Amino acid sequence: MAKVHVTTSINGEPMEFLCEPNDTMLDALRGPLGLTGSKEGCASGDCGACSITLDDHLVCSCLMLAVESEGHEIGTIEGMAQGEKLHPLQQKFLEMAALQCGICTSGMLVASDALLKKNPDPTEEEVRFWLAGNLCRCTGYDKIVRAVMETAAEMRAQ
Amino acid sequence: MNLVTNNKWIGQRTIRPDGMDKVTGRAQFAADTTMPGMIWGKVLRSPHPHARIRSIDTSKAEKLPGVKAVVTAKDIVDFPIAKGAVMLGIQDMRWMCRNVMARDKALFPGHPVAAVAATTEAIAAEACKLIEVDYEVLPWSIEIEDAIKPDAAVLHEFNKFEGKPSNIAGRLEHKKGDIAEGFKKADVVIERTFTTRPVHQGYIEPHACLISVASDGKTTIWSSSQGQFMVRAMTSMLTGIPQSDIRAIPAEIGGGFGGKTIVYLEPLATMLAKKSGRPVKMVMTREEVMRATGPTSGSKSTVKIGATKDGKITAAHGTFYLQAGAFPGSPIRGAAGCSFTPYDIPNLLSEGYDVVSNRSKVAAYRAPGAPIGAYAVECVLDEVAEALKMDPLDFRLKNAAKEGTKAAHGPTFPRIGYIETVEAAKNSDHYKAPLGKLQGRGVASGFWFNAGGESSAQVNITEDGNVVVTTGHPDIGGSRAGIANICAELLGIDYRRISVIIGDTQTVGFSNLTGGSRVLFASSMVVTQSTEKIIQTLRERAAKIWEIDPEAVKWENGAAHPVSPNAGQFEPLTLEQLAEKAPAMGGPIGAGVQLNTTGADGGFGTHVCDVEVDVDLGIARVIRYTAVQDVGRAIHPGYVEGQLQGGVAQGIGWALNEEYIYTKEGKVDNPGFLDYRMPVCSDLPMLDCIMVEIPNPKHPQGVKGVGEVPLVPVMAAVANAIYNALGKRFYALPMSPPKVLEKLDEPTQQAAE
Amino acid sequence: MTELRYLAPDTLDEAVGAFAKAGSAARILAGGTDLLVQMRSGVLKPGVIVDIKKIPEMTAIEQTADGGFRIGAAVSGMALAEHKSFGKVWPGVLEAVNLIGSKQVQGRASAGGNLCNGSPAGDSVPAMVAAGAIVTVQGPNGRRDIKVEDVPAGPGRTNLKPGEILVSFTLPPRPAGSSDAYLRMIPRTEMDIAVVGVGVSLTMKDGVVTAARVGLGAVAPIVLLVEDAAKALIGSKLDDAALAKAAAACSAACRPIDDKRGTIAYRTRVAGVLLKRTAAIAAKRAQGK
Repeated sequence: MAKVHVTTSINGEPMEFLCEPNDTMLDALRGPLGLTGSKEGCASGDCGACSITLDDHLVCSCLMLAVESEGHEIGTIEGMAQGEKLHPLQQKFLEMAALQCGICTSGMLVASDALLKKNPDPTEEEVRFWLAGNLCRCTGYDKIVRAVMETAAEMRAQ
Repeated sequence: MNLVTNNKWIGQRTIRPDGMDKVTGRAQFAADTTMPGMIWGKVLRSPHPHARIRSIDTSKAEKLPGVKAVVTAKDIVDFPIAKGAVMLGIQDMRWMCRNVMARDKALFPGHPVAAVAATTEAIAAEACKLIEVDYEVLPWSIEIEDAIKPDAAVLHEFNKFEGKPSNIAGRLEHKKGDIAEGFKKADVVIERTFTTRPVHQGYIEPHACLISVASDGKTTIWSSSQGQFMVRAMTSMLTGIPQSDIRAIPAEIGGGFGGKTIVYLEPLATMLAKKSGRPVKMVMTREEVMRATGPTSGSKSTVKIGATKDGKITAAHGTFYLQAGAFPGSPIRGAAGCSFTPYDIPNLLSEGYDVVSNRSKVAAYRAPGAPIGAYAVECVLDEVAEALKMDPLDFRLKNAAKEGTKAAHGPTFPRIGYIETVEAAKNSDHYKAPLGKLQGRGVASGFWFNAGGESSAQVNITEDGNVVVTTGHPDIGGSRAGIANICAELLGIDYRRISVIIGDTQTVGFSNLTGGSRVLFASSMVVTQSTEKIIQTLRERAAKIWEIDPEAVKWENGAAHPVSPNAGQFEPLTLEQLAEKAPAMGGPIGAGVQLNTTGADGGFGTHVCDVEVDVDLGIARVIRYTAVQDVGRAIHPGYVEGQLQGGVAQGIGWALNEEYIYTKEGKVDNPGFLDYRMPVCSDLPMLDCIMVEIPNPKHPQGVKGVGEVPLVPVMAAVANAIYNALGKRFYALPMSPPKVLEKLDEPTQQAAE
Repeated sequence: MTELRYLAPDTLDEAVGAFAKAGSAARILAGGTDLLVQMRSGVLKPGVIVDIKKIPEMTAIEQTADGGFRIGAAVSGMALAEHKSFGKVWPGVLEAVNLIGSKQVQGRASAGGNLCNGSPAGDSVPAMVAAGAIVTVQGPNGRRDIKVEDVPAGPGRTNLKPGEILVSFTLPPRPAGSSDAYLRMIPRTEMDIAVVGVGVSLTMKDGVVTAARVGLGAVAPIVLLVEDAAKALIGSKLDDAALAKAAAACSAACRPIDDKRGTIAYRTRVAGVLLKRTAAIAAKRAQGK
């Protein structure tokens, strides 16, 4: 198969890469783009470990073709911190022990960020249902939900 | 041993050392690694549950452009059955070599039959399709009841039970007193049979490895595993490459729960790398994980418990049949050894039967065997308590094991914290909270052995006066954070000055698996001893500078001080100052310790669970949960709670929705996260934890293993809660909606005899 | 190795042309949340993928002059939720589309893809059937309209002719006192494929049901329009007897299978339970409560 050349924007930076037409965005991120922060847990859209944003919409990168990113804006975990400055969610996850093995953490953070951008004052139920597409097997979700809600409260107070 | 009690760092919720990389996406898991020249490996797997392999023709695959190597069982070292067991820990290498690659027989759908390495994954997959395997399909059985039938197809002809070839591969028992006499004394006797389905550990990260073999045989392995020394040893034994030539590097691991305490891909990737001369990367798909890596056993357990009307248990008999999958080795030790252990029972017989059948070989899953046995025992205890009209927690208190009780599996208990967990559960706000309509509450207890075992560590002081700690166990729970807390406490310095890393097989001494709830227990022991040696060195060096006796120097708050004004008036010498002077004073400051640690004690937990049931749809939801556990000493409370919460979540999934479903052809019908239904965020409530601290007197910081106990009581707690809500008992898991509705439709059972 | 061509035409005519030309080797790509999974698992190996998301008609949500709605086939659940009035008029259709998968999936998955994928359990379909949606398709022989309930042909199959692409859903204008609801039974709280799905659309006046449609999913090879259930509701005040009759009609209409998601007995029973609950919600909404 001849490779396809794709021009896109990732975390605000213009990027180009070569990929097979049937590569997913996750394949492209982890392969030619070298952005391995998004993880593959299932390749079928059931675990959320590959979560990214596409034009600010939360999506599973394993469920979109890499070629579809042409002309769009992609946001990944690598773009959450600003240089050395962590996003408040990242900081809170660390402080509240909202991660153990870390394999779901990238997806959880991207998904949580998307939630707070849409709804800065979510209830516990709203957080839980928003994150239902992000599987975690280590934490039982308790500390993750607490971290998201505390971050939301802190961000609202600012 | 003097327990450390300062609590400046121990007990603090510090930031875990590996945390920054994990929240920024920088942490390197095995599938994230690359090497120049890397090619991809794929596995060809048997489609049949049971088949003799008459021949394998790989010639077409080898000719496909892009294919660099093909591997079959010929390339894996054989451990002949007839020569007897070759043990590596609890694994018999005769089964391991056949599990990683089928030899004469394929024993489950998904059993590896060959492997290919090629320049792209797609080519490797295409090449697998070109391999021609001549199978002689054989009859098969998966469920225990089918596998133990007299006419069942036997997986291993050499395996005999009671003189005949059989699928029963082993039996063990624990015995105490005389159960016949004991049951005679009972006023209430309840006997029930329970079944559970196989469930998978469910780690989100599939198995992955990247392996490079140089022409001189020097091998480098990055893999997702719970033990780099296990990876080295198994790979060495299965490929013939000497251990000293293998550097097994533990990547960050994305969950294990016991399922990554053995190898699947590493020996195959090593031989592919050796034959091709290129580094080979192999990553399992989710489907491969679900089909071909061990879930835990399905089971059939019968438990009989008798008690007098004042609430004393007089006798108990448990028979636990556990599925081993394709090769012997189900966790009957955990089922038979742990299930009755929280109780002081004068007459006891606990038997375990290991049954092989045509599904993937079982792998360890968090307190292997114990949750299965506890489900049965804790449910029967609930029925006995009810028959006696006793509160279920009071019933447990009445029969609780304590210091001096002789456990079923042998040891006599030292000071343990079981009673404290039951009392804490009783006194909790949760236990006293009112319940609403169609809501119910259940309780259960559980025990797990915990382990000690080998651990090595090095502690080195950097030239600028900070600390690097190298430990030997992959960190799956937060052990690096605990170690940093302990080391900071001992040295009296800010924990941020301590770097904790995990060494590989060539940079740190032998350390046994991450499993058995042992990592913090064992590694903190050797880190403590190493740090104490360093403190001794620091005191000696300060003493030399001050020209006083080392006994007159104390180490406190990160500096050497004279013990008293009598020793002399000296300004304290800090760690940084002594580090700076080190070259002139005898050289680098560091110490390493290797031990086979002992003194690990078992762990106990008692759980309280509330459920609410939608009786028209049969859906039970957990609405409140409290896990009480004797944790010894919570070195990092956040990560101890994390272990409790994680185990509870897995148990809720096991109780309500997780199960392996097979097609009529004997294949896994739900090999993915869509239909293998693990709890999602919206399924669970907050999971409360009560940590009871009864320090382990044999450990410098009082640490007890905590990781496995949390899974043990959960299914029974949920089942007992559903009974409390509905008045119906469940003797089979999962208690999924169709099963709940079916049970609600049954005519009400007769009262227990 | 199969060659794969990815095309993203700007116009519907181009899309139809390319799709028809490639024949059975072609697949339409909207959200991709079914297609990519099927490609990854090897179930499908398309030679040509026609991405329709650049075609304005496919991604538009319009209110028609008579107060109805036209939703492009590729509109995602998230986009539908962001529309300022759609959810007020058709809360049932909206919630159905937004029950598909996770939030991540809802950012991409479309009612068009859900319908054309042909799963008997697709969440949006019972609600669309209850809504009385008309789908517009365009193919080599031009445009035509089909009732949404006539689109599914069996598991994984539709009645679309070769080369036809689903273009939009048209939902009729709502008389006053109308609303709808969708409920499904799944074992967890999210992420499962529906074991049973029920869509109910009602019009009520003075507490009496004057119009009703009931769509029932995951209990037969195709989604069912249960006319007997609707008849039982029309003219009633949604009293227990009427609801029981409608529930029984739903159970009677079931032709389910035993599979890894549910049993025949369970599905048949639950169809009735869900009908009552869904009708109650639709009624509450229709009466402005």
